Amino acid sequence: MAKSLLIISRQAPWSGPSAREALDIALAGGAFDLPLGMLFLDDGVFQLVARQQPALLQQKNLAANLQALPMFGVDELFAAASSLAERGLDSAGLSLPVAVLDDAGLAALIDRFDQVVTL
Amino acid sequence: MKFAIAVFSPGHAPSSRRALLFAQAALAGGHEIVRLFFYQDGVHSASANVVTPQDENDVAAQWRDFITTQRLDAVVCIAAALRRGVLNDEEANRYQRPAANLPTPWELSGLGQLHEAAQGADRLLCFGGD
Repeated sequence: MAKSLLIISRQAPWSGPSAREALDIALAGGAFDLPLGMLFLDDGVFQLVARQQPALLQQKNLAANLQALPMFGVDELFAAASSLAERGLDSAGLSLPVAVLDDAGLAALIDRFDQVVTL
Repeated sequence: MKFAIAVFSPGHAPSSRRALLFAQAALAGGHEIVRLFFYQDGVHSASANVVTPQDENDVAAQWRDFITTQRLDAVVCIAAALRRGVLNDEEANRYQRPAANLPTPWELSGLGQLHEAAQGADRLLCFGGD
């Protein structure tokens, strides 16, 4: 049986290529039909804010690529409740259907996956 | 035990040195490394153009020597490498850049190689940050 991999994305979409490169790991694995999950943690939750205007920062929009996750079979998507709360973000208006987990839920999630990559 | 090792930081980061020391210790302990995968700023370790001052640790050169001596499978992510100016002859020609800086023993390939290595290993170890 294929090993499951949890990708933890911890960087804001405008802070360099990390967010995109974490997403690329997920999309590449999805193309191979691997059991994958993606967790948005710390500044990574900023990727989930809807209606961003990255063009004002002369940045490419990450949103379209994020929306591709379910299409690539990556539908186990999670966000950390504490990261959202620390940044004043409401879990209701996010751009992806993520399961919002408290700290105990995060620990159980990381434990459930065979392997973890954090970017 | 079979290890897949991913390196996300450049040669001058302590985590890259830790990755190298871990890899050396793993082989010395009789374990197997199925693949080294260099991603994000880790691709800088593959550049032949890194010049480290004489009295400093040249981690890029140590990686190269280690990989060559041990005949390891060392893959550099092509998308991450192109973005950071690490090119082999083929890519330098393709994008009409004046020089290539990715010599043997490194191989440019895609992220599928990271997943394949992780699937074939007992453990995936990632080295990033400081």
